[in-house]
Amino acid sequence: MTIDWSAFTPWSALAGGVLIGLSASLFILANGRIAGISGLLGSLLERTGDGLLDKALFVSGLLLAPLLWTVVVGAPEARFESGWPALLLAGLMVGIGTRYGAGCTSGHGVCGLARLSPRSLVATLVFMTAGFLSTYVLRHLIGGGL
Amino acid sequence: MSRVSALLAGLLFGLGLLLSGMADPAKVLAFLDLAGAWDPSLALVMAAAIAVALPGFALAGRKQVSWLGLPMGLPAGRDIDRRLVGGSLLFGVGWGIAGICPGPALVLLPTGHWQAGLFVLAMLAGMVLYAGLEARRRRRSGN
Repeated sequence: MTIDWSAFTPWSALAGGVLIGLSASLFILANGRIAGISGLLGSLLERTGDGLLDKALFVSGLLLAPLLWTVVVGAPEARFESGWPALLLAGLMVGIGTRYGAGCTSGHGVCGLARLSPRSLVATLVFMTAGFLSTYVLRHLIGGGL
Repeated sequence: MSRVSALLAGLLFGLGLLLSGMADPAKVLAFLDLAGAWDPSLALVMAAAIAVALPGFALAGRKQVSWLGLPMGLPAGRDIDRRLVGGSLLFGVGWGIAGICPGPALVLLPTGHWQAGLFVLAMLAGMVLYAGLEARRRRRSGN
């Protein structure tokens, strides 16, 4: 392992993490909801559960953020390394997997770990390991990605 | 009031993803690529988010209703089963392919990159497919 110090951005990472933590705290304390994006999206798609308007507004806030960012800071950096077949496959896997596993990086990784849930700890360890492995296979065994 | 806090929470979350670099697929992949030129930034994003949310969830766990009088919707499930592990495995592999998870996918959508649109469409299709399979499974098992 070689650490790429030139790409390491500790302060913006910490500051961004603080905002995410504040958001999750606000959503649970004020609205009584878990800020898990896949769960919110699934609930909206299936029109199940209550508080659908609040969930839709959370998602709207998420969609407004890049617009506000563009006005104040400029266009957000978004570098895509995948072609369309990889994006299609990855999107499908993320959609199905997060629903079967009942959470993603936000629901299990942030909210679940913050409430010390053993279930979320297992989920997080599994998806992080799987993420490391699939990146390794694509970049170093197959080479160049999909 | 719950409308305002929901919108604000979503906005804060999105700004956090942008500020942290989580909404840039290349930066996420640089974190997931342990054998390459590793960028540890995203470990700090999670550490900070969890540290800040810990007291919030500790407080929420002791309350029956939220500040705005809404029911406290903390997950009740405790099972560590095949669904949890299999689903997380599938999600993790997908995440490692493109470097995009659900939150960043939505934040990337308004930036107008076709890649974001395609990823979100595929992700939503996956979620709809899951819902269909679940409905069929429930009908078959009769509950």
